[in-house]
Amino acid sequence: MSLTNDYIKSKLTEKFGDQVTNFEEPYHMLSFEAPKDMNLKVMQYLYDEPDLSFRFLTDLCAVHYPDNPGRELAIVYHLHSLVDNFRIRFKVFTDINTPDVFTSANLFSAANWMERETYDFYGVNFVGHPNLKRILNVDEMDYFPMRREFPLEDQTRIDKDDDMFGR
Amino acid sequence: MSEQHIKLPEGSIGKQTTTLNLGPTHPATHGVFQNILELDGERIVGAEQTVGYIHRAFEKIAERRPLYQITPLTDRLNYCSAPINNMGWHITCEKLLNVKTPKRVDYLRIIIMELARISDHLICNSIVGVDTGAFTGFVYVMQYRELIYEIYEEICGSRLTTNIGRIGGFERNFTNTAFTKLEKFLNEYPKVLKEFENLFTRNRIFMERTMGVGPISAERALNFGFTGPNLRAAGVDYDVRVHTPYSSYEDMNFEIPVGSTGDCYDRFLVRNQEMYQSISIIKQAYQKVQEFKGAEAEVFHADVPEYYLPEKKDVYTKMEALIWHFKIVMGEIDMPKGEVYNSVEGANGELGFYLISDGGRTPYRLHFRRPCFIYYQAYEEMSRGSMLSDAIILMSSLNLIAGEMDG
Repeated sequence: MSLTNDYIKSKLTEKFGDQVTNFEEPYHMLSFEAPKDMNLKVMQYLYDEPDLSFRFLTDLCAVHYPDNPGRELAIVYHLHSLVDNFRIRFKVFTDINTPDVFTSANLFSAANWMERETYDFYGVNFVGHPNLKRILNVDEMDYFPMRREFPLEDQTRIDKDDDMFGR
Repeated sequence: MSEQHIKLPEGSIGKQTTTLNLGPTHPATHGVFQNILELDGERIVGAEQTVGYIHRAFEKIAERRPLYQITPLTDRLNYCSAPINNMGWHITCEKLLNVKTPKRVDYLRIIIMELARISDHLICNSIVGVDTGAFTGFVYVMQYRELIYEIYEEICGSRLTTNIGRIGGFERNFTNTAFTKLEKFLNEYPKVLKEFENLFTRNRIFMERTMGVGPISAERALNFGFTGPNLRAAGVDYDVRVHTPYSSYEDMNFEIPVGSTGDCYDRFLVRNQEMYQSISIIKQAYQKVQEFKGAEAEVFHADVPEYYLPEKKDVYTKMEALIWHFKIVMGEIDMPKGEVYNSVEGANGELGFYLISDGGRTPYRLHFRRPCFIYYQAYEEMSRGSMLSDAIILMSSLNLIAGEMDG
């Protein structure tokens, strides 16, 4: 059976009720959201359910939205059901002061380094991760450089009019 | 000497195993990787990889670059097959901007991407040969990589980090010289590849050095997020070109070679077979390109003036082109809001671009799914129990590219 966005949506709503929210289909890819303490339950369900079997973690990354108080960090999972060749996007939001999210490294070995990378750049604390330390940046770094409070350009420069060139 | 000059880590005296730093600047690692191996005699009992030596923060840089300035960043991911990264990026942008490319552009792109795949696999396989002690094959095939680079040069002017193409198509039409060189390549390369295979495939030394080295099961490979030739060597026929066709790959007729054991030998065979398939794809695409007649045969970009950076000679001579050039370069064209994930079959596996746009001129967030980075974490599991010399072959047979890994 081939999967459809509507079918997955109905399965998820049936199982988790109104816990899973914000169903969207940007560019035909089903995207939804769950509370952050539910992330493992949702992924385990998607993994185990025989007619869904989303057993391939394609991508894991974080996004920083400084203007969303209480939901500053989004952790985005791209899951792939290889049986039906179907992709979905799954997000959890967390606030930036207690960015604790359960690790998915026990479900997907691939998540190990992707979570370390996400921790490295955004400071998301993956609870239960076997080896959560910096991976691409130096160990001594004491900030999370991909957060948006660190703009790329040197803020002391005055020779560039930023209204005209980029943000 | 009473004072201790060398500080040893805790518990290192009286330990039964030896710790060996392999890399980061070891000539056999073909890049800046560090592996801290735990050896029992010559047998590996543990490995810890350190990556990030050439991390250049592309994702951060991309947050302040307009789309066309991100293309050179993608070059530097997997620099052995830069055109695939460029095309992947253009296709992602086109998906976000809803640009439909003409068929001829798609076929030209396929030619370039498959050439890039061949040049990448060629490096990888010949390096596996070098690491097992066979230098001849490496030197022999290099002249054909050179020919591929000459074709790139003819199309975009550069060789390694190509920055080839634009959103919507190519910067100029392919010249006759490019096609002549392509024909030369298609005529000569299959024979060379056959000879290259003869040097290795049934070579007893090569077989004994690679068979059963660094195997991985299909199940573990999937769990570790393997894609590309490394996954197919483990026996899973997943290929983005077939499963989510892009750039009119659905018009092409080709096979996906798969292995069974996922060891170094299978990876070698899968890459070799893929090169034959790539040659066949190029031939089909080239034939389709030749079938275009009249005005259609001159099409090399989509008609999207608001995103396609116009040709320089038009900018100097035509009013419209000048206006569009100005608008694009000065950043007066905002992209639509949205988030899009798009992936292409890179030489190492699924190369994904996750692009979030908030409607500005630059991406709000851009994440590269870099296949190397994801499958390198399986290295420890794959190398455990094998010999030190196998660790080197395993590294080159996984086709680890430092640029792609560190992003």
